[in-house]
This record gives sequence, C-alpha cells and structure tokens, in this order.
Amino acid sequence: MPAWLTRQQALIDFTLASLARRKLKNLGLLLVYTLIVFLLASVMLFGHALRREAAAVLKDSPEVIIQRMVAGRHDLIPPGYLDRLGHIRGVQSQQGRLWGYYYDPVVKANYTVMVPGPDAASPVATGRVVVGAAMARARGLAPGNLISLRAYSGRLFSFTVADVLDHDSELVSADLVLMTEADFRAFFEITAGHYTDIVLSVANPQEVRNVAAKISAALPDSRPILRDEVLRTYESVFNWREGIVLVLLAGALLAFAIFAWEKASGLSAEEKREIGILKAIGWETGDVLKMKFWEGALVSLTAFLLGYVAAYLHVFHFASALFEPVLKGWAVLYPRFELTPAVDGLQVATLFFFTVFPYTVATTVPIWRAAITDPDAAMRG
Amino acid sequence: MIELLNVRKAYNQGRSNEFWALDGIDLVVERGRMTAFRGPSGSGKTTLLTLVGCLARPTSGRVRLDGRDISGLPERFLTQIRRRTFGFVFQQFNLIQGLSARDNIMLPAYPLGGDGRALRERAEELLVALRLGHRGDARVEWLSGGEQQRVAIARALINDPEVVIADEPTANLDSALAREFLAIVEGLKDQGKTILLSSHDPLVTEAGMVDRVHSLRDGRLVTAG
Repeated sequence: MPAWLTRQQALIDFTLASLARRKLKNLGLLLVYTLIVFLLASVMLFGHALRREAAAVLKDSPEVIIQRMVAGRHDLIPPGYLDRLGHIRGVQSQQGRLWGYYYDPVVKANYTVMVPGPDAASPVATGRVVVGAAMARARGLAPGNLISLRAYSGRLFSFTVADVLDHDSELVSADLVLMTEADFRAFFEITAGHYTDIVLSVANPQEVRNVAAKISAALPDSRPILRDEVLRTYESVFNWREGIVLVLLAGALLAFAIFAWEKASGLSAEEKREIGILKAIGWETGDVLKMKFWEGALVSLTAFLLGYVAAYLHVFHFASALFEPVLKGWAVLYPRFELTPAVDGLQVATLFFFTVFPYTVATTVPIWRAAITDPDAAMRG
Repeated sequence: MIELLNVRKAYNQGRSNEFWALDGIDLVVERGRMTAFRGPSGSGKTTLLTLVGCLARPTSGRVRLDGRDISGLPERFLTQIRRRTFGFVFQQFNLIQGLSARDNIMLPAYPLGGDGRALRERAEELLVALRLGHRGDARVEWLSGGEQQRVAIARALINDPEVVIADEPTANLDSALAREFLAIVEGLKDQGKTILLSSHDPLVTEAGMVDRVHSLRDGRLVTAG
C-alpha cells in the first residue's frame, strides 16, 4: 500500500478513536445531522418524483384545450364551434369533451365525472359506470354493485359499476367516474351539441402557439390552454409546496447550522492542548489539518448517506408519510399511489454540497489557527 | 553530535515584555552520552531542550545536528527531523486523554505512514519492555503516575529516535519511581541512544549514569561537570 494511503488510514484510525472518546456527544450530533439530511432529501426526492410523475401523465394529454369563457367564467361550448375549429389551418383533429364535477353528500367528496374518448381503454355501456379506486374505496364499491346518485336537477340516477379503474393510474383517476355520453347528458342535463371543452391536436408541434393565436382570433370568447402551460403550472405548484415545507424546516435548519458551527468551529482548551501535543511529537500542521478534515468528512458523510438512504426509503417505500398532507395537497379522496423511484444527480450534488461541504470546512478552518502554533508550547505545559 | 554556537533565544522580542531565555550558549552534546541540565526555574533549561529538539528556532546563533545547520530550516523540515531523530518525554507527560495507552504510544508514527501491523507490533514490544503489557488497552487517565510516564517513554521511542529528550522527568514522581525512570534511561543509553535531561532533582543530576551535567543560570551556562 502506498505511504500516502497508509498515512490517511492511520489518520482515519486516530480520528475514529478520537471521536469515540465523546461517544454520546458525537452520536447526538450525527443523529441531528442525519435527521436534517433526511428531511431535506425527503422533500427533494418527493418533489422530484412527483414532478416526473406529473410530466409522464401529462405527456399524453392534449396539446391544446379550448374553453369558452362567459363573463370571465368557464362555460359550455355551444354547437358549431367544433366545425369552425376544423377549418383553422394547422389543426389536425378536434374533439369535444364532456366532463364535470359532482359533489357526493354521502362521502362529502367531489367526483370528476367524464365521458371517455372514442379510443379510451375503458369503454362503458349505457347505465353502467367505471369508477376510480379512491371513490370505490370511499363508497365501498365493487364491480356489479349498484350506485345511486342524485343529479343537480334532483332526479335520482342508478348506475351499475362495470369496473374499478386500475390502481396504477390512481394519481389521475382516484375520483373519476366514467359514463356514456347519453348518461352524462341526461345526468347533467346538457343538450346535444354542447361540450365542456374541446381538445385539439396540432400537426406541427412548433406551430402550437401560432394555432392558439389563430383560435383566439377566430373565436374571441375562447381560451386556448397549451400543454406546456399546464406543465408549467404543475411545476409551480410543486415548487410552491416544496417551498412551504422548506420554510417550515428553515427554523430547524438554522438551529442545526448554529449548533453545527458552534460544535465544529469552537475549539476547546483541551483540543488546543491536544493539537500542541501532536505537533510536539512530530505531527506537521498539515497532518493536524488532515486529521480534522477526516473528522468533519466522516461525520458529515455518514450523516449524508444515512439521511439520504432513510429519505429514499421514506419516500419510495413508506409513501412519504411525514409530508403527504402538505406535498400532495388536500383531498377527501386521497389517491393511493407509489412513486417511481427517481434520483436526480444534480439534486444529490446540491444537497451534498450544502450539507457535507460546510460542516467539513467549519471543522477544518478554525483548526488552522491552533495548528500553526509553535510546537514548543507543549513543552511549557 | 549536536552543537550549539552562540545561541540566543528571546520571547516577545521587540515588545515591552521582551525576555531573553538563553543568552549566548555554546555547547557540544556527544552521541551516545547522557547529558543533564540543571538550574533553577527560569534558568533556560526547557528552552535549551526545545531548541536542541527542533521544537523551536533560536533567535540568533546556530544549532547543528551531525554538522548540518538546522537552526534556519522551515517548520516542515524541522518537523521531519524532529520525528525521526528525537523522542520527547514531557514533564506533564502530555498524553492524550481518552485514548488507550497503545494508541498514545503509536501517535508519533501515524504521520509517517508505515505498515500498520508492524507499528502495532512495535507498540506491543515497547509495552512489554516497559512492563505495560497488561495495560495496553487501558485509557491513560486510568493509569498511575509511573505507568503514565512509562507510556510517555514508550511514545518517545516508537519511531526509534537517536536522541531522547526528557524535561523534568522526575518532577511528578516519588523517589522509587524516579529511580525506576533512571534505570529505564540507562537501558536506553546502553542501546546507544543519546539522552538529554533537564532537572533540578539531585537524584537525576547526581546519578552515576549521567556523563555530563551543565548548570544554567539566567540563560547562560555557568559550569560544566
């Protein structure tokens, strides 16, 4: 083994023996440090995974959604709009959608009621509905059960549950109720030719903004919503929620920063004396600094690794139990979903830089002053 | 051979509390001999040993080790010379509390980066040679005064230095332990090591194995015996 390596090994051995002298104090520090990394890493991992999930879901969403606005409010699309959109150059296809919200007083929750598209994976038959997993849980439904819903008009409708939607899609389908167009129109009393909104596909993705501008000109009371804008909105929502959690954590972070700085940078008289002894018996200033570097690096690296692994398990195996209400948002029908494990290298590097680096520096730098004192100080007691 | 030529050492030079600890020392220390420095407190014994042992540099004058002038070397080179050539036994023993006797003994060897197993074997040999074989794992603060001094001696010997420097080695020991210390250093002298001691304990300065005794007063050598 090269001398350099054996020297580092010897210094690490000594550092470990030295740390073991104040077991309780150092274990306490390690525990708090690990907890901080765990909290930060959990927020970062959860936010990142959620963003990826949202991006994956929205990848297949329509490029443009057209809504009609009346007095600044979203209103139904009247007949004729579909045809007019078809004449705008660049529009490849257009399709009217029917969807709405229904408040179920039984479970005090809102459902999203939708008519599936013509190429939907879950086609439904008249008098039958397909429901989301969270709704099925809330109402205790299984395929074959009958469900009665009182429409806003006061009429009572009964549907047979044809199927419960797959658990994999629960993030977007937790509160979904799918029914036929005829059932939907009868339930919400929407006459034929009216739609909730229209989805468009555009032949050339580069032209989406131009097409949107043409639509705004042709149908001034309509509002085109682009997929990119939706993605950006989601991004902002997640960032905002992450921000809230980080603000809540800020107090704890600050307390830790003060505690760690105090612990790492404050040199006790005993430590100064020890440095003097080490220098007197043949250690160079550089050896003392290396030893202190290893002390800081070992504590912070261990805390980083333990905290990060714990955060990974927390987010991807225990469904972020600690932050769920803040980061997922509030809902009566909570989707149950498992995030796909995703680790962002840049995020890991950022967290590493802001946790390991400052502590190591805080441990090493103040030693400099003590380490350059004359070694004969030890001789003088 | 160690030579000191008109060595002077000042503390707080240029300030109102300037103090000359050594003032014109000319001295030759022969290899393989035991040399003792005696004198009252503040006479400059410890300062003299720090200059010889490369723990500090003289304000003026020359310190030569085997003919090589080491008085002007930068700290880094002085450290290298110090850890290979000199072993120190301090008056307060200066052991690191909380560490075992074995860890304390191995400390001076860590920066050298030698083979770990060989180092542990050497530490074990020293523990046994100094009758500390059963105390290797004990934390140093649990040891008696005599045991602590033997750990300090073992630590001074771990890098197999040519010169052992002991500053007031018997100041904290009773007569029996002081004699035990002298017996140990006599053994070291027999192995060919150069021994430098500072003491105002007659038990040390008048011991038969001491080859030369130098008296210091007010930073000057007054007699040589």
